[in-house]
Amino acid sequence: MARKVTTRHKVVATVAAWAVALIIFFPILYTIITSFKSETEAIAGFKLIPSFTTESYREVQGQYNYFKPFMNSVILSVGSTLLALLIAVPAAWAMAFSPTKRTKDVLMWMLSTKMMPAVAVLFPMYIIFRDLGLLDSRIGLTVMLTMINLPIVVWMLYTYFREIPGEILEAARMDGASLWNEIVYVLTPMAVPGIASTMLLNIILAWNEAFWTIRLTTTEAAPLTAFISSFSSPQGLFWAKLSAASTLAIAPILIMGWFSQKQLVRGLTFGAVK
Amino acid sequence: MTFKTLILSACSTLAMALAAQAETLTIATVNNGDMIRMQKLTDDFTAKNPDIQLNWVTLEENVLRERVTTDIATKGGQYDVMTIGTYEVPIWAKQNWLLPLDNLGADYDAADIIPAIAGGLSVDGKLYAAPFYGESSFIMYRTDLMEKAGLKMPDAPTWEFVADAARKMTDRAADINGICLRGKAGWGENMAFLTATANSFGARWFDEKWAPQFDQPEWKTTLQFYVDLMKDAGPSGASSNGFNENLALFQQGKCGMWIDATVAASFVSNPKDSTVADKVGYALAPDTGLGKRGNWLWAWSLGVPAGTQKAEAAQKFIAWATGKGYAELVASKEGWANVPPGTRSSLYANPEYQKAAPFAKMTLDSINAADPTKPTVKPVPYTGVQFVAIPEFQGLGTTVGQLFSAALAGQMSVDEALKQAQDAATATMKEGGYIQ
Repeated sequence: MARKVTTRHKVVATVAAWAVALIIFFPILYTIITSFKSETEAIAGFKLIPSFTTESYREVQGQYNYFKPFMNSVILSVGSTLLALLIAVPAAWAMAFSPTKRTKDVLMWMLSTKMMPAVAVLFPMYIIFRDLGLLDSRIGLTVMLTMINLPIVVWMLYTYFREIPGEILEAARMDGASLWNEIVYVLTPMAVPGIASTMLLNIILAWNEAFWTIRLTTTEAAPLTAFISSFSSPQGLFWAKLSAASTLAIAPILIMGWFSQKQLVRGLTFGAVK
Repeated sequence: MTFKTLILSACSTLAMALAAQAETLTIATVNNGDMIRMQKLTDDFTAKNPDIQLNWVTLEENVLRERVTTDIATKGGQYDVMTIGTYEVPIWAKQNWLLPLDNLGADYDAADIIPAIAGGLSVDGKLYAAPFYGESSFIMYRTDLMEKAGLKMPDAPTWEFVADAARKMTDRAADINGICLRGKAGWGENMAFLTATANSFGARWFDEKWAPQFDQPEWKTTLQFYVDLMKDAGPSGASSNGFNENLALFQQGKCGMWIDATVAASFVSNPKDSTVADKVGYALAPDTGLGKRGNWLWAWSLGVPAGTQKAEAAQKFIAWATGKGYAELVASKEGWANVPPGTRSSLYANPEYQKAAPFAKMTLDSINAADPTKPTVKPVPYTGVQFVAIPEFQGLGTTVGQLFSAALAGQMSVDEALKQAQDAATATMKEGGYIQ
């Protein structure tokens, strides 16, 4: 029997949800507010109402070309996501529908690579990239971002695939479907919400990755993370300019996240309630 | 072969030849006003050198340091010109990571570089980086508040005078702090100021045999003096304040005095940003009568990494950016006050510059008062005024900076901070093989 929800409960829950959302969103909101302040205003202390100057945006645009790092961010995040899916879908399929007694160990091992601090392998990776001629190249960085996010992609897809009854795939096999047809025409359409949310999450992770994208690039492949980093100044006020650069950098991904939030939530909660 | 084919072949050969000739230099730099101005003026260089193109990589200071260190140590060859400081140059030059700048052209006039700056960028008499702008540190003070306190700032004050003036100028009700000093932890943040200050109190990081000296009375006097002064006359939350935070406080009229980089003079005297622009005086960093002042020496400089394939073009660019002609170019476009300071003696002899920059003489005197080869009262085995030019210093300096910042914030006592600093320094020096 459904529990009766009182109006008071609804109000409290709504206010609590808005409060939590505001706390989470506040750093981004304050970055946007700061971007409309003058430099002196920005460092003066906490102030929610800016003077609404667009001076910082003008300076940011005047100082650097936004389009090139923006395009690099798009290429790197979308490219690495597609490449990761190409590898992860068959891998997750194998682990979800043909598990062995080592499957859990393999998954755990894959995830364990995320536990190592990136800086620990900076020098070896730099030397490998140098020797392969991949420093400051989009291809090199796409592969790097794919490798970084692959464990998460495999884990997420594995979780979604496990929710799909194996009997449906068996039925497809009985009807004579090949392995390729089984994955492409039966499994994939059923897992679309899961794949879509994995894709979106991976794009966000790749877009925001700031360790390797700054350290393995100089000018040609540098994405928006490097663009932001260039506005910090050791001698001179820079908070407003940095906030303007950050706002410009996060705007595309924020808009994408806003429009796809339904898909994201649906995917992330897929299988949460059986 | 038709005539058309011949023409096409000739064109493609010419295009290939031009492409082969054109070189692109990648320059790593920080986002300082002078560096950004240089980027905007590079058309002058490319017009004079059409066969050289420039690509800029601007990064946050610490990221830049890490990036160029990684690249130079692995010979990645990603950069042809690097912006580095007086800390890196002697260390990197000794490891053969930098090329000596011996091809800057006949009209470069290297002898014009201020001797103290040139000394900090040379190893065995060879220049390994050319200074783009140089700085020392000095006192910037509010002339009106000093007068109100009934005091007159001497050109070369003692720490005793400065402390007394700071306490007298402090007016908590009016939100005026007698003195603003760096407190943010970091080898280039609070430790730049505290190491230079310690020099004037007779302290040193290491003795002649590399034994750490934080257990000596000079360091206790220095740190206790600093913590007490900041408690009585410093701003609240001073342990988080670095250059930019103190700059904002001073510009808003909340500091009676500020001891920091000479380059700040152009910011605090600029009426566009500073509310106290017409009330700022300048004086040398204080001393205690022991023969050393509490001022540092730093130069953001341009060097050529040993891994580059474009050394000749790189030196051409450096000669342009750090030559006398560049100063004239900036002056013609943006006025003499915006010429990068602290590198060439001729700039300080220029009456137009003296007129445009009232702090020019004090800046030069401050630079000349710092000696990176003999930075301390007692002898030391290292060079560097506000740093110790050894590779271990970045890590150790930041660790000690965190301890001293904690002492300022009241999270630990001065004695405890010094004890832990001594332990950390001893462990680092043992690990590095300097001591047994």
